[in-house]
Amino acid sequence: MKTFTRRLGLAAGLALLALSSAAANAQSIVLASTTSVQDSGLLNHLLPAFTASTGIQVRVVAQGTGQALATAARGDADLVLVHDPEAEAKFIREGHGTDPRQIAWNDFIIVGPSSDPAKVVGTHDALAALKAIAAAKAPFVSRGDKSGTDALEKRLWRAAGRQPSLAEGDQWYRDIGGGMGAALNAAAGMNAYTLSDRGTWLSFGNKQSLKIAVEGDKGLLNRYDVILMDPKKHPEAKHDAALKLRDWLISDVGQSAIGAYRVHGEVLFNPSARAPK
Amino acid sequence: MSEFWTTLGSDEFRRIVALSLGVSLSATVLAIAVGLPLGAWLAVCSFPGRRALVVMANALLGLPPVVVGLALYLLLSHSGPLGVLGMLFTPGAMVLAQAVLATPIVAALVHRTTADLWEEYGGALQVDGASPLRAIPELIVMGRTRLLTAGLAGFGRAISEVGAILVVGGNIAGYTRTMTTAIALETSKGNLSLALGLGFVLIGISIAISATAFALGSGGKK
Repeated sequence: MKTFTRRLGLAAGLALLALSSAAANAQSIVLASTTSVQDSGLLNHLLPAFTASTGIQVRVVAQGTGQALATAARGDADLVLVHDPEAEAKFIREGHGTDPRQIAWNDFIIVGPSSDPAKVVGTHDALAALKAIAAAKAPFVSRGDKSGTDALEKRLWRAAGRQPSLAEGDQWYRDIGGGMGAALNAAAGMNAYTLSDRGTWLSFGNKQSLKIAVEGDKGLLNRYDVILMDPKKHPEAKHDAALKLRDWLISDVGQSAIGAYRVHGEVLFNPSARAPK
Repeated sequence: MSEFWTTLGSDEFRRIVALSLGVSLSATVLAIAVGLPLGAWLAVCSFPGRRALVVMANALLGLPPVVVGLALYLLLSHSGPLGVLGMLFTPGAMVLAQAVLATPIVAALVHRTTADLWEEYGGALQVDGASPLRAIPELIVMGRTRLLTAGLAGFGRAISEVGAILVVGGNIAGYTRTMTTAIALETSKGNLSLALGLGFVLIGISIAISATAFALGSGGKK
């Protein structure tokens, strides 16, 4: 019994040691961000430079825009980086956030199987493409997770005058309730079309027969905004450190770091703090 | 597959493995600290409501991790009752979540083992003059090899879990990213072979832990 207790004690000691070494670091802030800036590798590219120059650790909690804003609204983040103008406006209207600044833009694309049952590959009109997909009853994967991409998809369908729903027998419209990567995995597996941000698509590793179907539509613009927490509603947030990161992201150094990030030779994010799109 | 070997050799990967083990071992220790006495107590003492507690411990074997994660999230969030602790999105919150999940498993398996032993040897132990509670250490020593399985089951639940720690830990790179959340992340990036490779590493680590525990357990038996 004694040796058993001793071993248990030793195990607990080792475990706590491992934990405390992981927890021991200087000042840190929580950045609630959308998944695309994390999954595409942009934040891994940017944040070490920021941390080196300021000593501030940035802990990125990457979620869909809807969930990231909800996390911040509960007071669990110090700064947000998201891409859904409507949800952002609501977040600010409700007093959670303040002073949004655009840091970068890129675009959304519709990807689809190379068999292209809806005959939309190579076109540049998102609404026409969605109408064609619906008319062909070709499988379409929807995120269904209230992310920025999901919100845009819903807006596009509304604009196309056709809101697909399972309740009305649209079996081809598949709401997977998952992140961008999960949606691309599902689309690859089901030979389906889906709406993706270009950053996640370019760095995605399981494309199978998927390829870009529709790009270059003005309605597919994707803007990334950083929003400070409003100190009146969220006094608990670490405003000074968050402001440093925000200011770094819109500074010349931060902006050129954003523009310098490439995957497979392609620029993923166009810096736009100076001239917001 | 070259990406897999590069990943395996990186500092980041070592941190991920260390954090996985640190969090899950801490959670297992917590679960044993609560579940072992609780399970044994339920086996030897009779009091009104005992059956209900045993049924409860067994029912909680099926506790959905994502629900535990959500409940802890609401408790630990800044707008929740325990928000002042600042524990959300830290390894501590993950330890708590895994301990909540592992404790019922440990308690239920300890109860099963000690109840059997109590039935067999309870008479003899009490003839020796020990009160039921006094008999608990004896029972634990008697059943230690089988109780080891209870501990390992608790550890298995903890280290394999992803739903709860994703919610309360946030899968923060270099801070709260564990083996399972890294696998989920690589899957979502479409790096399926890397994700699967990490999965095999996780299984290998579990086998190593289990083998070590059995070696220690049989060592204590001689």
